[in-house]
Amino acid sequence: MTTLLKLNGLTKAYPGVIANDDVSFEIAPGEVHALLGENGAGKSTLVKMIYGLVKPDSGTMALHGDAFAPSEPRAARAAGVAMVFQHFSLFEALSVAENIALGMENPPKPRELSHQIREVSHTYGLPLDPDRRVGELSAGERQRVEIIRCLLQDPKLLIMDEPTSVLTPQEVEILFTTLRKLSAEGTAILYISHKLEEIRALCDAATILRGGKVVGTCVPKETTAREMAELMVGKVLHQTKSGEHDAGDVVLKMESLSLPSSTPFGTSLQNVSLELRRGEILGIGGVAGNGQDELLAALSGETKVSSDVIKFENREIGQLGPNERREMGLLSAPEERLGHAAAPDMSLTENALLTGVVRQELAAHRFINWAKTKTFAETVIETFDVRTPGPTNAARSLSGGNLQKFVIGREVLQSPEVLVVNQPTWGVDASAAASIRQALMDLASTGAGVIIISQDLDELMEVADRFCALNAGRLSASRPTKDLTVDEVGLMLGGAHDMEVAHVG
Amino acid sequence: MIRLEKRPSPSKVWTYATPVLAVVLTMLAGGILFAILGKDPLEAIRTIFWDPLFHPQFSGFSRPQLLVKAGPLILIAIGLSMGFRAGIWNIGAEGQYIVGALAGAAAGLALYPSESVLIFPMMVIAGALGGWAWAMIPAILKVQFRTNEILVSLLLVYVAENLLASASVGWLRNPEGGGFPGSRSLSGWDASSNPELIAGTGMHWGVVAGFIAVIFAYVVMSRHLLGYHIQLAGQAPRAARFAGVNPSRLIIMCLGISGALAGLAGLFEVTGPAGQISIDFNAGYGFTAIIVAFLGRLNPIGILLAGMLMALTYIGGELAQFMLALPAAAIQAFQGMLLFFLLGVDVLSNYRIRIGARETA
Repeated sequence: MTTLLKLNGLTKAYPGVIANDDVSFEIAPGEVHALLGENGAGKSTLVKMIYGLVKPDSGTMALHGDAFAPSEPRAARAAGVAMVFQHFSLFEALSVAENIALGMENPPKPRELSHQIREVSHTYGLPLDPDRRVGELSAGERQRVEIIRCLLQDPKLLIMDEPTSVLTPQEVEILFTTLRKLSAEGTAILYISHKLEEIRALCDAATILRGGKVVGTCVPKETTAREMAELMVGKVLHQTKSGEHDAGDVVLKMESLSLPSSTPFGTSLQNVSLELRRGEILGIGGVAGNGQDELLAALSGETKVSSDVIKFENREIGQLGPNERREMGLLSAPEERLGHAAAPDMSLTENALLTGVVRQELAAHRFINWAKTKTFAETVIETFDVRTPGPTNAARSLSGGNLQKFVIGREVLQSPEVLVVNQPTWGVDASAAASIRQALMDLASTGAGVIIISQDLDELMEVADRFCALNAGRLSASRPTKDLTVDEVGLMLGGAHDMEVAHVG
Repeated sequence: MIRLEKRPSPSKVWTYATPVLAVVLTMLAGGILFAILGKDPLEAIRTIFWDPLFHPQFSGFSRPQLLVKAGPLILIAIGLSMGFRAGIWNIGAEGQYIVGALAGAAAGLALYPSESVLIFPMMVIAGALGGWAWAMIPAILKVQFRTNEILVSLLLVYVAENLLASASVGWLRNPEGGGFPGSRSLSGWDASSNPELIAGTGMHWGVVAGFIAVIFAYVVMSRHLLGYHIQLAGQAPRAARFAGVNPSRLIIMCLGISGALAGLAGLFEVTGPAGQISIDFNAGYGFTAIIVAFLGRLNPIGILLAGMLMALTYIGGELAQFMLALPAAAIQAFQGMLLFFLLGVDVLSNYRIRIGARETA
């Protein structure tokens, strides 16, 4: 077997942490190679080194047997390495073709570029119209823009960072077909993901990183997801258990909420109704940007609506603000951790006060009891295993997963009657995600109602009792998760437009 | 190559060290400036920072001036700092200062020549209300129509200056003043005067109010929910809404507090050191207080120290003009450098400097 890319002893240290420690592995042409690891395991640093964004302290790389040390992404691209990032860098107000032209060294004439885009999108089964504005595209379609941008450079190695996190099941299938086709043509793919079943379905080999070191390699098709997860985490995982809860009385009810969007690329909510019973978990699926933020804001009280639209235990609360709702027991945790759920530059103690002040009685006559607040912050840190030196550290110094544990823990420990969470495990590593899910299920089993808004469908299937889909600001009717198949979920998500084949001439 | 690298947490050391560093850099750059002007830099710096306090001949006069000048600066800067922390930029304290003085003086003079002891307290309240009302104009316009408070409050300074001019030549002019512009003497009328409380210290009621404001602001910012909400709104507006902060109420509150304190400063000045309403009553305290607020890191204790330092450069600057014939513009440039360097070195509290090979992270 020939080798396309060979990494030999790559090491990269940052102040206080060794991101990569003597990492070596090889990728063959046409191989789909998975890079597995928890958050902070060093996956990002490693691919940044391959893509020329970061320079290794020591160690060498070889591409086609020649020494390969890209000083910048341009050099990496010239050598045939392309990368699709987890977060897209696209201009919403520009067309697909214009966006692609912006990312090229020498863009061809617009007409020729459109022609090339159509050709590539046709060849690889990625339906995409070059003249559409990116602002109108779904997340899956936006990703196709990024992929086609890479494919136009005819790469030998394509790096994909968490590509399926924003896709519907149908879109994932389309993507996999494309990747398999690329692989068959000899393009190697370095695939970063924490979704183990996907890796088992797609990848030929896997390298597992933990704490910056290679801790194992495996052939994913011959390894169970559980074994891989345990290699990743380094300990035996306990499975989250979905308790059988008896649904109680209706605690929260939303009736025909319509809410115009406040920003040009936001989503208007249209006629959204839902009903939540005590002791149950309602999962709301859908790709981010379909009204999730707007729905959470309406439930948390950040956006006020007509008072009879939202009822909490038969009280009309649409006009109440966040703290009045907290007092009644309706708590929420938004998706954006830094800047919305928590203030980045404030300490964890101060951030504990942010939502805890009402129910934890952290202030008397509007004077803050800092000692009590600190104790509350410490309790959250301890109970939810938040890795931080202490509550005086700034929120922004925590990793995403740890801050998410803090944010969720802060709400759960206030014993809410209803908790609404948006993307509770987004960007969180496997073991932290498991403990967050377990906490939410434990909360429901105590008789609280829980709404989980998430684009991770596996997560919703695992923990939710009922499932409904939020698409383009409309919420589908809910159905029990027990009887749902993946295809049905995909259809509920309104994935129909993603399933049509390339409509190109 | 020199790079800036973001710190995981803001550096505590640098937060306190940057003002000191800024003062040192200002002295260096100011020294160079003075040297170019043909003056001995060391002597100039000594005249500005040392002589006002310790010069055998002048300190007797200039030392009390320290509190006289620092009082209004501190009082105004404390109010401004609370708004600045919330991201509400009241640039028009100078106007609120003028209107406070006018309102207080007018309220007092309406009762002239009564000798009631209630007149001064009433004037204090009127002064605070005057400044508050002037600040409510940008506040309400911002809340209702989303106008920019920076522009509105700044432009209202010029309106206030015209009000002041019309008052001193028209509706508040001293009827027994022989037609000269300017109101009756407020410091000369016992019922309205704001005298030096302890002889030789410069301490008057405005300075007392300044100290009380420092303590008040310290307690509010560190212990009260209002202070927490102010900081939250400034650092993460979305998180503040999530925490239940009503942005409109915060705007009204912050502009109201800063306006009222600026109005108080104006009232204490017009009844004390200035003594009467005159066309050139305002001396730029409202603008200098912006520098004081930032130099003091928007922290009450810091503002107390920064107000003293700023007052020192004022008095020392005057002394330098008088003794070394330094142009007034050079002194103003010197004071401006202080803010410039402070904002410049401020980056160190959130970033660290790395010198070494280029690397993109």
